[in-house]
Amino acid sequence: MKLRVLQFAVFAALILLWHSLTKPGLLPNFYFEQDNRAAFFFGEPAKVFWVIVEWFTSFEIFEHLWVTLLETLLGFLIGAVSGLAIGLWLALSNTASAVMEPYIKGLNSMPRVVLAPIFAVWFGLGIWSKVALGVTLVFFVVFFNVYQGVREVSPTLLANARMLGASRNQLLRSIYLPSAMSWVFASLHNAVGLAFVGAVVGEYLGSSKGVGYLILQAEGTFDINTVFAGIIVLTGFALVLDALVTLVEQRLMTWQPRASETEKV
Amino acid sequence: MATNAPALALDDVTCRFAAREGGEAYTAVANATLRVDAGEFVSVVGPTGCGKSTLLNVAAGLLEPSSGTISVFGERLIAANGVNRRAGYMFQADALMPWRTGIGNVIAGLEFRGVSHAQAVEQGEAWLRRVGLAGFGDRYPHQMSGGMRKRLALAQTLILSPDILLMDEPFSALDVQTRQLMENELLALWAEDRKSVLFITHDLEEAIALSDRVVVLSAGPGTRPIGDFKIDLPRPRDVSEIRMTPAFLALHKEIWGAMKEEVLKAYQRQKAA
Repeated sequence: MKLRVLQFAVFAALILLWHSLTKPGLLPNFYFEQDNRAAFFFGEPAKVFWVIVEWFTSFEIFEHLWVTLLETLLGFLIGAVSGLAIGLWLALSNTASAVMEPYIKGLNSMPRVVLAPIFAVWFGLGIWSKVALGVTLVFFVVFFNVYQGVREVSPTLLANARMLGASRNQLLRSIYLPSAMSWVFASLHNAVGLAFVGAVVGEYLGSSKGVGYLILQAEGTFDINTVFAGIIVLTGFALVLDALVTLVEQRLMTWQPRASETEKV
Repeated sequence: MATNAPALALDDVTCRFAAREGGEAYTAVANATLRVDAGEFVSVVGPTGCGKSTLLNVAAGLLEPSSGTISVFGERLIAANGVNRRAGYMFQADALMPWRTGIGNVIAGLEFRGVSHAQAVEQGEAWLRRVGLAGFGDRYPHQMSGGMRKRLALAQTLILSPDILLMDEPFSALDVQTRQLMENELLALWAEDRKSVLFITHDLEEAIALSDRVVVLSAGPGTRPIGDFKIDLPRPRDVSEIRMTPAFLALHKEIWGAMKEEVLKAYQRQKAA
């Protein structure tokens, strides 16, 4: 409880600092020559707040949030599933992994955000160019985790399953897949975050909907308050998304030991 | 199938492991011959690091020997064609699937064999009761103690009623009390249907208390059996009581006499390395 109070105090202090430094005429100018310059460059918290309120009360924001959410989810799902499939394939086939290794390394080192303009040309300005960007970001995180997970399956566990009579397919389903999944879940936060980055960056580079689009529009008219409002809404949205991932994770990973776990009697 | 064929026979088995960069090739097992009859409980003892586990992996069909043959009830076993289907293997390390519950682990083998889920669960519950884990079926391995996990592994192996049971120091990670309890439980389960057992241990007392026959291995590298002792102690046995009997002590002294030199050799070699 005390922690919450302190956390809120930090928030209030930051807002207060922001407000007092940007409100025209409140403090004497010490850097800018004109009164409204600070507000022009840094926005004003009160105005930012009212932009957000306006967005939510007019329901205007929901359409954009929905588009961003859809792009994030699609990017995550397609990226995770393809990363899982290709990760399993390469980890289980020595020849394939030896052949593909330089390409995977190359693609992973490439700054994938530069692909955004190409995707815009290929997939248009709708959601699919953003999904494609998200996929390229998510794929590698999941891919490397699955690859690692499969390679590090305990040999004893494998030998035991073989002795219990598991066929190659059964080994895949009951040993490799669950083992790889635990690594995928470990990177879930990361992967969802990257899908979100893909969606927003894609929108920012060219779109007609989404929160990234709102920011782009506001920036075009030097409306710093709206830019900040967009950033804050995105941050809040990312936090909600992260909390959801944590919930999913807790549901799916019950078998994993947690530190000092005791049962309530 | 010949009825007098041994359950498991290793004939002149040699295992050489390819050299890792710079080192020499390592011969873990050399010209080892070992025989386990149907219904016989055989223990293999030897100094640490002498290739006991290698021998067991060969018997399980998990490892192809460099030379020599393995036959199971008279049939030739070739590792490349798959594992020893008539054997169950209890590993030294934890081999339970951490993402499956107790019951899920016990019925894994039945699932692999295509037994229907309902039937598998029914058998699984029965086995959980037999190893004293009734009511723990919905726990995950990490929520169990070391002893409970061993019992679970035992149920997981025995539910398939293998004709040969291969055990690789299964109780070495347990504390003394739990260990003696587990040894008694193993003997009780074994007495029910007398499967063949090949039990690997470094603990001579454990070997004598459990077995019909104790085989002593030489120190590695190039391990091979150097002594074979019949244990004619009466059954049923209580492992904690039998240790006090004069017959047990006499056997212990005799076998230890054969083992001692090898243990010292292994110790010297480890110290030099």
